[in-house]
This record gives sequence, C-alpha cells and structure tokens, in this order.
Amino acid sequence: MASGTELATEVAHHGPTPGEYIAHHLTFLNNSGEPQKDLINWGLVNIDTLFYSILLGALGLFVLWRAASRATSGVPGRFQAAVEILVEMVADQAKGLIHSEESRRTVAPLALIVFVWIFLMNAMDFLPLDLLPRIWEGIYASAGHDPHHAYMRVVPTADINATMGMSIAVLLVCLFYNVKIKGLGGWAHELISAPFGDKLILAPFNFAMNIIEFLAKTVSHGMRLFGNMFAGELIFMLIALMGAAWTGANTPSFLLAFGHIVAGFAWAVFHILVVALQAFIFMMLTLVYIGQAHEGH
Amino acid sequence: MNLNATLIIQIVVFLTFVWFTKSFVWPPIVKALDERAKKIADGLAAADKAKADLANAEKKSVEELRAARESAAELRSGAEKQAAKLVEDARAEANRIVAAAREAATNEAAAAAQKAKDALRDQVAQLAVAGAERILRREINAQVHADLLANLKQELS
Repeated sequence: MASGTELATEVAHHGPTPGEYIAHHLTFLNNSGEPQKDLINWGLVNIDTLFYSILLGALGLFVLWRAASRATSGVPGRFQAAVEILVEMVADQAKGLIHSEESRRTVAPLALIVFVWIFLMNAMDFLPLDLLPRIWEGIYASAGHDPHHAYMRVVPTADINATMGMSIAVLLVCLFYNVKIKGLGGWAHELISAPFGDKLILAPFNFAMNIIEFLAKTVSHGMRLFGNMFAGELIFMLIALMGAAWTGANTPSFLLAFGHIVAGFAWAVFHILVVALQAFIFMMLTLVYIGQAHEGH
Repeated sequence: MNLNATLIIQIVVFLTFVWFTKSFVWPPIVKALDERAKKIADGLAAADKAKADLANAEKKSVEELRAARESAAELRSGAEKQAAKLVEDARAEANRIVAAAREAATNEAAAAAQKAKDALRDQVAQLAVAGAERILRREINAQVHADLLANLKQELS
C-alpha cells in the first residue's frame, strides 16, 4: 500500500490520480510524518490509529459508565434498558462458553468492552470517507506543512497493529488463565501431552502442535477483523473514485456519479451488517479462546 | 500491513479498558439486573401467595355462610318448637281450667240439688206431719210423738 505514496508527494498542482488518492488514504499518520517503508519498525507509532481507538474506547466506556452509575434495579429508562440488553447479551454468551463463575467476573466485562469498542471503531467507516482526512488536511496546511503529507486513517480496526494488538492481548489473557486454572506444571504437561497422547516420543509434536494452535488462533483472530475492515474501507475508496472522476456535465460523469450513489448506498447498508458482525465475531472468539484455556484437551 | 509500536500501545490500552469495564461498568449493571430479577421473583411469589390466600378466604367465607345458614335454620326450628310448645301448654291450661270450671259447676249443682232435696224432704216431712196431724189431730200429740216424727224424717232422707 506504500507504492503510490511517493507519487502522491509529487503531485501538487493537479488533482491526484486514482492510485495516488487510494495510496494517500491508506497511509497512516505516524510520528515520523512519512509513510512507513519497513514491514516492521518498532520506532514508529500510528498516531491516527491510537487517537481514534482511544477516543472511541473512552467514548464507549463513558457511555457504559454513565449507564452503570445511574443503574437502578427499579424500572429502567430506555438508555439503561439499551445498555442492559447489551450486557445481558454478553453475559449470556459468556455463561455459555466459560464455566467458571470467578473467571466470568473478569472475562464478561472484557467481552463487553471488546464488542463495544470494536463496534465503534468499525462504525467509523460510516463517516464520509474524506470528511476527517480533509479537515486534517486543512489543519495541517494551515500549520504550514505540506498538505500532501497530511495522512489520516479514521478506521482503527483497518490497522493491523490495532487488531493484532487486541488479539495478542486476548492471547495473553488466555495464557494467564491457562496457568491460573491448570497450574504452571499442569499447563506445561498439557502442552507436551495433548493432542496426540502422553508419550515421551510424541512430546515434541504435541508441543509444536500447541504452539501452532496458539499462533494460528491469535493471527486469524486479529487478521479476520483487519481484513474485513480493510477491504470494506478499500471498497469505499474505490466507490469514491467514481464520483471523483467528474469532468463536467457530460454523460459519463453523470453515470459515474449515479454509480457512486447507488454503490455507496448499497455498500454502506451491507457494511452495517459487517460492522456489527465483525465486532460480534471478535467478541465470541475471544470468549471461545478464553473458554478453551479453562478446559483440558 | 506494516507493524510498529502501535501494536504494543494497543495491548496496553486494551487491558486498561478491560480493567475499567471490570471495575466500574460491569458490577453496577449486573447488580441492578440481579436485584431486579430478585424483585420480580419476589413479586411473583407474593402474587401467588395472594392468590392462594384469596382462594382460602373464599373457601372460608363459603363455609361461614353455610354455618350461619345452618344455625339460622336451627334457631328457626327451635323457635317453632317453642311456639308449638307454648300453644300446647296454653291448650292444656285451657283444658284444665275448663275441666275445673266444669267440676266446680257440677259440684255446685250437686250441692244445690242436695239442698233442694233436703228442703224438699223437710217439706215432705212437714207435709206428712201436717197431713198426719190433720188425720190424727186428736190421737197424736205432737210433743208425745216428736221422737217418732224425727225418726220418720230420718228415714225419709
């Protein structure tokens, strides 16, 4: 995705080409101010991802906290009832997947905030694609910087750092419960005795299998959400290109603009499902994985 | 697809959010839900109890009503019996009075008859004496034959 960005920096006088437009929209705002070139660079931080994810997480927490601080056991208001529906939904799923009452006291809230947070982050896709980046461009330019370097991505879950960060956090929670429930020795024994059998000769294979399982779970957990949201964002960009191809009052421009409206509407409607579904799937898998950490093979 | 330190920060942010939710969001809501569930359960139990109480009260009232009706009937029959007894007593009393009156009348009549008989006997004796006197005026001295006449009178009675 970094391929078009070099071009984008050079284009100053005329509008960006479609490749430049998409490349610009797919570049994160990091602390270096330049697009990240290396696959992995621990010196960089995506400021936009952190800003929006923390902002949305804090917003979700604030709304939930408001509901919690005014919660009454009497007749609930509509707001409280709405939050209660959410809490009940998460509590029911947690009850079905995690059989330890004590663990549920931590894991159910974890699942709740996972769902709310990811839902909000995914829902950033519903904002007009260029709204926040364009505002940022204005601010950046007025501060005396080159507006072509005003990178901004508003959907944190379309950043693999965010989704993998969450899935790795879930992995850490799983490891914690593995040790807590089975004991360090019990878990170590399970690592070398399952799934093939408790034999010394099978131990390396068992161990390799378990490591692969943890890796696969974590990577697929994070990549699933990232892939869905990244693809959704990319399709919004492609749809936006149709309207961007406006060249004046001629037939192709009208047809493309019409296509933009129809496709944008259809994809946005479909995306409502994707946003809620991906948040739900991430939450359910979180519960499933933590539930598995409670059970022996 | 570029990884950087955002990932590490995101892990910390995530765990912080989890801590906040676990500490300040989840417990009050779940507490409210549990309390409401308990309230509803209690309310339902109270409703069931009230229903049972109502059924009991209805049964009791029916019973009371029946008992009241029974005692009323008993009272009525007692009163009737008493009334009948009163009438009976009155009738017996009347009979007794009538009988007494009849007896008194009979006695009186008998006494009167006796009296009349005695008077008649006296008169007959006097008449007989008078007759005899007339017949035997000369031969019979009333003083001499007074005993005889008294015996005669005795015999006539």
